[in-house]
Order: sequence, then C-alpha cells, then structure tokens
Amino acid sequence: MKNYRNTKNRLPAVSTASLPDIVFMLLFFFMTVTTVKDNTLLVDNRLPNADQVKKLEKRDRIIEIFVGKPSPELASVLGSEPKIQLDNRLATINEVAPYVLSELAKKPEAIRNLVTVSLKVDQEVNVGVVSDIKEELRRVNLLKVNYTTYQGDAFLNAQ
Amino acid sequence: MPRRKGAPEVNAGSMADIAFLLLIFFLVTTTIETDAGLDRMLPPMDPPEDIDVVIKQKNIFTVNINRNGQLLVEDELMDLKNLRAAAVAFLENGGDGSCNYCKGRKDPASSDNPEKAIISLKNDRETKYATYITVQNELVGAYNDLRNREAQRLYGDDFTNMEAEYLNPETPSSVRDDLKGKVKRIQEMFPQKLSEAETSTN
Repeated sequence: MKNYRNTKNRLPAVSTASLPDIVFMLLFFFMTVTTVKDNTLLVDNRLPNADQVKKLEKRDRIIEIFVGKPSPELASVLGSEPKIQLDNRLATINEVAPYVLSELAKKPEAIRNLVTVSLKVDQEVNVGVVSDIKEELRRVNLLKVNYTTYQGDAFLNAQ
Repeated sequence: MPRRKGAPEVNAGSMADIAFLLLIFFLVTTTIETDAGLDRMLPPMDPPEDIDVVIKQKNIFTVNINRNGQLLVEDELMDLKNLRAAAVAFLENGGDGSCNYCKGRKDPASSDNPEKAIISLKNDRETKYATYITVQNELVGAYNDLRNREAQRLYGDDFTNMEAEYLNPETPSSVRDDLKGKVKRIQEMFPQKLSEAETSTN
C-alpha cells in the first residue's frame, strides 16, 4: 500500500507560474480592442438596422448626439416625449448648436473639418426631432453627419 | 549562518490575482464599439449665390414618406421592397444616350444620365425614424448596387470593398493611392445626388 507522502512526490502540483502571463495577455488584448464608455445613456437608444453602412473609424473625430425617449427610471419624471442627450445631460434643441461648437473647439485644429456628427437616434423617435437637429447643424455649418445604426437587415425596422 | 543564494525570491503567487483584478476592471468599464452608419452630407445653409439651375422634372426622382410609413414614389404608391429596384432603374436610365455603361431602358420620360439624376427625399415630421432609415438605406443601396456592378466590370472587385479598404487607416499608402483613382472614377460614374427637402408638417 502506497502512503500519502509517496503519491505526493510522484505527482507535483501544476505550476501556476505562467498564469499571470496568460492573464496579462488577456488584459492587454481587452485594453487594445475596447474603448472606455464615456457616457451613460439617459435615453432609450435602440438604433435601427441598416446594411449599406460605413464604419466610423476614428473616435476622436466624432461628436455624438443621442435622441430617444427618457429611460424607464427617468420616464416618470420626464414623460415619454423624445429627448436629446448631449454628453451626460438632457438638453433642448437650442443647446445643440452651442454644444457642438464647444466640442468642435476641443478638437485639434488639423482635424476640425473632418469631424462627423454621429446621430444615435432611437427607432421609435419621429423624424421631426432629427430634422430639427439637422437644421441646427446646418446653421453652424457642420455638414457631415452619420446616422449611426446597427448592422442588419433594414427591413426588420418596419416591423 | 551566512546566506548563500543572495536575496530570496519574491513570491509571485498573487500576481495572477492582481492581473485578474485589472482584467475584470477593464472588462467592466469598456465596450467593444465599432460604430457604423449611413454617412450623409447636409446641404449648406446659404445656397451659393447667382446660380439659377433649372432641373427638369424628369431628372428628379421624388420619394415621399408619410406619417404612416407609406411611400409615394413618383406620385405612385410603392412598397418599400420595390424602392431599390425603382431607384436603380431611374439612375441608369440614360435617356439622352450619353451614358455608355448604363443598362437602363433609355426611356425619354425618365432621367437623362446618372450625372443629372437626382433623388429627392421628402418626409413628414411624424414619420418613424426606423422607416426613414430603411428608405435611406435602400436609396444608398441603389447607388451601391450600380457602383458595385461597374467596379466588378472594370476592376473585378466590389466598390464597397474598395471604398472600405481605401478608408481604412491601416491600409498601406501605396495600396491607398492605387485605390483612390479607382474609387473616384466609380463615384464619378454614379455621383450620389440625394437631396433631402425640409420636412413638412402635415
């Protein structure tokens, strides 16, 4: 009969010395492929689907505007009319132009004319709000817009 | 007793824990986000002065969306599914015969050539955004279909692929310079002329 000591000697513990290396590898992977969430959504934001899309490559050239109904927690206070979210606050249509200009001023001069406004608009919103925003953007001469969508079959939107 | 081995080894057993902690932190605070969408150029606020362009009615393809999401295309009710085919037929009609790559019906009552063909999109304020995007998508799709066809014929590749590669910052600049000419040429064959009229209130 083998005793306990002997068994232990024959089967040494698995070395975990390389575990940190593996985990660091994963860590660096996630650090490089992901981006930091910079705003919490205050509005519902279920984007529509489209399949003729172009990727928005450089995040530093983008100004985001969210539109949608207030999220369920805020709906009791703010009602269900679509709201515009700029950065981390809800805003009215008059604040869009000043906000966009102040964001634009933060960008380096070299890329200012390459800035795209990404409109992240909920499916359920009426186009009226969106055209108001577009009108404001035209007023401050920011003409590149991107209707940000999910990639998918556009006909799913109609249902 | 004198030490023989120098400084003792630092215990690295907790390194994994620290790394896991960092990993989980990054997993929680970040998102994998590659946004994509439909690029559009808005018309400038002040129209260029002293330009008095007369556009013939036959060169305009009007698309009207009402508040219920129904489409009125060239004054006829149309299903969303048929919009792309109708737009393609309009764009490559080639009524005046100057477009030698168009495969349209050369109907004199439709657009003269892709250069002159304009799609005008008009919508109601109460149209659902989802419907609006679907229509935009189909119209962009019509242009992309035609451009892909020409790109396949001339260069054996899809226009959308070529454009994506051209816009990708990781593409080597030698390849980009080569693609630039091709992409430009295809874009000039079917220039994207999509006008959005101001929305109506009723």
